[in-house]
Amino acid sequence: MQAIRDFFNSFLLVELLKGLKLTGRHLFDAKYTIEYPDERAPQSPRFRGRHALRRYPNGEERCIACKLCEAVCPALAITIESEPREDGTRRTTRYDIDLFKCIYCGFCEESCPVDSIVETREFEYHFEERGEQIVNKQQLLAFGDEYEAQLARDRAADAVYR
Amino acid sequence: MNAKVEETKPDTVTVTIDGREVAAPKGATIIQVADEQGIDIPRFCYHRKLSVPANCRMCLVDVEMNGRPAPKPLPACATAVGDGMTVSTQSERALKAQRGVMEFLLINHPLDCPICDQGGECELQDVSMGYGRSVSRFVERKRSVKDEDLGPLVATEMTRCIHCTRCVRFLDEIAGTSELGGMYRGEHMEIGTWVGHGVHSELSGNIIDLCPVGALTNKPFRFRARAWEMLSHPSVSPHDPVGANLNLHHVRGTIKRVVPRENESVNENWIADRDRFGYQGVYSEDRLARPMIKLDGQWRETDWETALEHTVSALKSVVSRHGGEALGALVSPSATTEEMYLLARLVRDLGSDSIDHRLRQADFRDDDHAPERPSLGRPIADFESVDAAFVVGGYPRWEVPLLNHRLRQASLRGGDVMFLNPRAHDWNFRPTLEHVVHPGAMVEAAAAVATALAESRGESLPQWVAAYGATVGDEHRRIADALANAGDAAVLTGGLVEGHPAGAELRALAAYVARTAGASFGVLTAGGNSAGGWLAGAVPHRQVGGGQGRGRDAGAMIREGMSGFITLGVEPEHDFWNGAAAERALGEAEFALALSPWATPRMKAWADVILPVASFGETAGTLVNAQGDWQTFAGVGRPVGEARPAWRLLRVLGNLLDLDGYDYQAPDEIHADLRGRVRGGEPDMLAWENDTLEPRSPSGLMRAGGVALYGTDALVRRGEALQRTSQARPASAVLAPATAAALGINEGETVEVRQGEATSRLTVTVDAAVPAETVWVDAGLQGSEALGPLMGEVTVTRV
Repeated sequence: MQAIRDFFNSFLLVELLKGLKLTGRHLFDAKYTIEYPDERAPQSPRFRGRHALRRYPNGEERCIACKLCEAVCPALAITIESEPREDGTRRTTRYDIDLFKCIYCGFCEESCPVDSIVETREFEYHFEERGEQIVNKQQLLAFGDEYEAQLARDRAADAVYR
Repeated sequence: MNAKVEETKPDTVTVTIDGREVAAPKGATIIQVADEQGIDIPRFCYHRKLSVPANCRMCLVDVEMNGRPAPKPLPACATAVGDGMTVSTQSERALKAQRGVMEFLLINHPLDCPICDQGGECELQDVSMGYGRSVSRFVERKRSVKDEDLGPLVATEMTRCIHCTRCVRFLDEIAGTSELGGMYRGEHMEIGTWVGHGVHSELSGNIIDLCPVGALTNKPFRFRARAWEMLSHPSVSPHDPVGANLNLHHVRGTIKRVVPRENESVNENWIADRDRFGYQGVYSEDRLARPMIKLDGQWRETDWETALEHTVSALKSVVSRHGGEALGALVSPSATTEEMYLLARLVRDLGSDSIDHRLRQADFRDDDHAPERPSLGRPIADFESVDAAFVVGGYPRWEVPLLNHRLRQASLRGGDVMFLNPRAHDWNFRPTLEHVVHPGAMVEAAAAVATALAESRGESLPQWVAAYGATVGDEHRRIADALANAGDAAVLTGGLVEGHPAGAELRALAAYVARTAGASFGVLTAGGNSAGGWLAGAVPHRQVGGGQGRGRDAGAMIREGMSGFITLGVEPEHDFWNGAAAERALGEAEFALALSPWATPRMKAWADVILPVASFGETAGTLVNAQGDWQTFAGVGRPVGEARPAWRLLRVLGNLLDLDGYDYQAPDEIHADLRGRVRGGEPDMLAWENDTLEPRSPSGLMRAGGVALYGTDALVRRGEALQRTSQARPASAVLAPATAAALGINEGETVEVRQGEATSRLTVTVDAAVPAETVWVDAGLQGSEALGPLMGEVTVTRV
């Protein structure tokens, strides 16, 4: 029975018509293509883009050099050196992220006990010289200052799920 | 009578722990038996080297005796095992008790693990992973405790303290200084020094390892690395002849900290502070990164090729113009055996036997009687159980802190530990007797002990001892009697004998005393590798394997001068018996080559070429300790700058000087080569006894001095934290009250201390610990550099 059905289906072009039906439906449907960069897709507050180091509202850097992000980083992209600052607090003297090694998994952000290392929504960036991909502490803090308003909003929006 | 053979041994009992039936020695505690079986019982206050206070209650276990359960869980650390005991470490009741204790401990423990240096290697973290709750039920405020400054080595964060009292017990029982204690009760208990006195023990760093939480942490290491990112490599301490076993922790080739490596026969699990914090010298500011040569009186940095060419042509010129024997080598007693062997071969191949590592020795008259290497005469661990020990001219607490710990244990067990010293020292136990005499009278006092001993043994006194005509006093008789009556006795000579102008006589007399009393005889030497130096041929009168040498010893090289000098790891102003003369001799030499990790202005004044060599932890090698262990280690840190390991440098120099047999590729090859030529076995220490010595008896106002605790070698002197401790104060001139009065000098005044041409301005301390007619100035301190002989004539004038 199945064999007979297959025989008739094969020369009546049923499969072809099914395909054309789908094509025809999408031809008249609403379009999803986003005309980047003129148009932008919506981003989640949990978007994982380029990293930044945040500060407290009083300007004090948050990072306490606990090195959990360095330890958890699966790509070994983070390098930290630390020592006591003049006031005796625990601080980093070096905080480098190699953005070529980074896989943007967000573990660093997850592991941070003080919400210092975060990933911003920034994903449009490039490097022109070899070595530029290693961003240092000063650059990361500068990114943090630049995006602080957005970062604080995102963290507040996500807080209810934590 | 029962004909059956008794099968159970009377001193063992059978216990069942977690269903495992084990035979355990009677009197052992449950935790000891469980540890041996690999059964984990959580604990904080228990430490196998310390007494058992049972105050943390973390090790509560369920115990059943012959079927009858104990009414409450019992602490495993304080409960002895009994026959037929059944222990359950994992029963519901035991676990409930452990979890309860854990929750109590965490009430007041701060949640600051991210900034705590103990994070990642914390016993509290580990145990709370197993027995803690994920969320605390306590919402009340945590208590906080004010921190106390314990000194430059140990950082405190007393809010984290869980009152296990390990630090308190360590300082009571091992260090013997009792500098920490518990104040107040219950929740208000605080561990502190009571009076803001700080912790000054020479073993204080061990409380860092003992602290199960982050209350006591390593101050120089503070916040610099995490436990998980460091790699650990075994190494050996070069500072004293015990050769404490270490683990070096490094991150990307930089040594971050030093911790003890357990070795029961050497250092147990303790190390001295200079073993732990000395590494800071590796990264000191005056570390030399590139070779330096002096051309026309101007120092300039250069590359290795130029520097080596310059060195080789200068060495060749000295040898061709003055002969090979005009060349002398002075090597630090902390250099590795491989380095000493290569340097000894190098100078011998150039035609000179003049090489020495005994830089602080004063008297070389007994060289031909010396055994093949210095030894303690018995294993280090055996000093713990001696019934009597007699130390001639030594302060082991500063010279060899870990041997002092063993002697202290012997004393606590009721042994007689006795000293014959040119000053009373500050001990961390109560010596049975400390006989203090003027430095010049030490020989006579030693002869008096020998005379008393011969009398009590009924032996006739040998002619050479009788020649001293010593009058036997009460102290001498007590020392002699204690040695004669002891079942197990030890005689040692210390660093003050090494630096004594009649040191050979003191060694001979001490050896005579040891032989007559049936005691072991040993000598304490400077540096971590004096034994290796003797075996590797770094002595002028003996070549490797026993061949006779005819070189000049360190004293003669300095006194008579040489045309060319090669030094390895030496700072003459601090490291020599006569620092001033050493600096002068090196400066007057036609060519002085310094192989050194550091370059100081003083070194630039006498050297002609300074080649940077790898320092502690950066080079592979072997140190032979005082009980004859060849302790080999690998290089751990990356040498700073362009520094190279000294063995590699000496090998290249050998090649460039067209000498044969310098084609070693690795230090193991040098080691194997040397090892094959050295006779093993325990040396005959009693060979020091000899009757050929003309008595020397220095008298009058004398300078005497030991080597400061943190002045032993160039590395320790650069240990920045060690140099801020109370033991590293600038040198002072210590005078007896009578002497000070006779000279009209008061406490705190500045005086000019003059030895020959060498002078130094020092502050006066008046202390009855020093005998009359003695000016005590320790070596290795700021202010005592480049003074004259460690023991010798001195004048003191007010300024």
